[in-house]
Amino acid sequence: MSAGGAAAYLSSEALRRGLSRRKILDQVFVLVGLIVMIACLAVLAILFIDLVRDGAPRFGWEFFTNFASRRAERAGILAAWVGTSLIMLVTALCAVPVGVAAAIYLEEYAPKNWFTAIIEINVTNLAGVPSIVYGLLALGLFVYQFDLGQSIAAAGLTLALLILPIVIVATREAIRAVPKAIREAAYGLGATRWEVTKDHVLPYSTGGILTGMILGLSRAIGETAPIITIGALSFIAFLPQSPVTSEFPFISFAWLKDPFTAMPIQMFNWVSRPDQAFQANAAAAGAILLGMTLIMNALAIWIRYRFRKKINW
Amino acid sequence: MTSPTATKAISASGLRYRKVRDRVIEALLLAAGLVAVFTTLAIVAILLYESSAFFEHVSIVDFLTDTLWTPLFADAHYGIMPLVAGTLTTTMVALVVAVPLGTTIAIYLSEFAPHHVRETVKPILELLGAVPTVVYGYFALTMVTPVLQWLMPELPGFNMLSAGLVIGLMIVPYVSSVSEDAMRAVPRYMREGSYAMGATRLQTALRVVVPGAFSGLAAAFILGISRAVGETMVVAIAAGMQPNLTFDPREPAATITAYIVQVSLGDLPHGSIGYQSIFAAGLVLMFLTLIFNIIGFSLTRRFREAY
Repeated sequence: MSAGGAAAYLSSEALRRGLSRRKILDQVFVLVGLIVMIACLAVLAILFIDLVRDGAPRFGWEFFTNFASRRAERAGILAAWVGTSLIMLVTALCAVPVGVAAAIYLEEYAPKNWFTAIIEINVTNLAGVPSIVYGLLALGLFVYQFDLGQSIAAAGLTLALLILPIVIVATREAIRAVPKAIREAAYGLGATRWEVTKDHVLPYSTGGILTGMILGLSRAIGETAPIITIGALSFIAFLPQSPVTSEFPFISFAWLKDPFTAMPIQMFNWVSRPDQAFQANAAAAGAILLGMTLIMNALAIWIRYRFRKKINW
Repeated sequence: MTSPTATKAISASGLRYRKVRDRVIEALLLAAGLVAVFTTLAIVAILLYESSAFFEHVSIVDFLTDTLWTPLFADAHYGIMPLVAGTLTTTMVALVVAVPLGTTIAIYLSEFAPHHVRETVKPILELLGAVPTVVYGYFALTMVTPVLQWLMPELPGFNMLSAGLVIGLMIVPYVSSVSEDAMRAVPRYMREGSYAMGATRLQTALRVVVPGAFSGLAAAFILGISRAVGETMVVAIAAGMQPNLTFDPREPAATITAYIVQVSLGDLPHGSIGYQSIFAAGLVLMFLTLIFNIIGFSLTRRFREAY
């Protein structure tokens, strides 16, 4: 286009029309983006409202204190919530120390070599393994090789392996956010590596570690497939043995080997029944499960926010 | 310095103690790191070990070419094709939902939304990915399927369409979050160059930012695909558990994952062929995930833009 042609184009009607068309498209996209985003958020709201509405007739004290039953209106989630609580206990006690330790190793200790690279690649890959594959691993390894049977211990360990990458990644991010200067100052005073980690790095990264732990547990609490695979029962009318006993030493670990059911398993069992009456039970259990997940996530966001505000490097 | 601890810390024996303690702790931390490596090895070992027992009874050719999967019937057939077809069909439906929605949200959040909107919406969107999958299954069966049946009256109560749609919704936050990170990593000056040429925000987003972030977008799609392939509860609840060699999403069918759940719900004796078949199915699932990841990795490498 010659100089004169360009000048003519710049003042032409064609340019103005093209410009306004492009601006309208721009606005249209803003609208589309907003609609899509709001639609996705609305789904979350609809999901929750629908569960609460369908499950409403079941909410009540008895729902929490009754065992599963063949009569929908008498069936409750006692065995399920006790099972879930105990499994979460095992999962947290296994996944958090191991995950945090692995993250500390990778961030503070590991030399930069092929061996460290292998560990890092493994953590990344494990995060992408479908959860049901963890179930198969646990079925072969924990249930039969280690002879734990279809027990609370097996389920807790399975979910611990499942959330290990989440805990490791979150802890590493938290540790990495601690400025180098703080470490160097401590080294300058003669602290050993562990002293630097324990007294300076870990206290500053507590917020991030807690967030990772809660997010991991909120993932574990809703996982259904792996614990179905290891053989959770869906109809259990008794509780595991109590962890607290009346005789010395007052704490018993017999419950670790007990069969169990869990909230998501109970819900799955109710959903898959053709009898419509059980759908209300499923909805009520789902509402409780979803409520717990949302509360845990909100807690994680809140903790992250608070710690971020409190620390000023 | 006269405090006893300080003296102890400086004394030779104190120093040695602290150094030894450091080595012990380092070894413990390394052991924790190795748990990840052992988990991977154990997954591969268990899947291969149990599958090898399965393949002693079933030839690999039958496994890959037979069009029937009926391991629990008297007339047992072990063709994995129907399960793979079910998995690929639900995954395709999920992608048709998740890729456009996820990318649109990512472009909107990264290029158009004001800061405070982005900071509020991102965590809420991530909640969508945190909802337990069994709850999504309930949603698919009791809400999405009836709506679809109202639109298409001949649709059966169990179908892959409803399961796939819900999985798609479930992976939107994964796709949008990773895509948005990738787009935000495109340097500012490239956008400014585009604006200076008179481009609108939409033109900049589609012709400069999206091509620049393509490798990250590919990674996001692959992440979504792996999620969809491995998703279990939604398909187990809403797609029915009948193996069915079809790519028509309106039909009921079982996926690889749904089959594993179905077998686990029953009480198959340890060591039986039905028991071994779920490990063979798991091995195929791992292969599928691996293939998609390799594709994603090569895409990422080919389209990587270095700034």
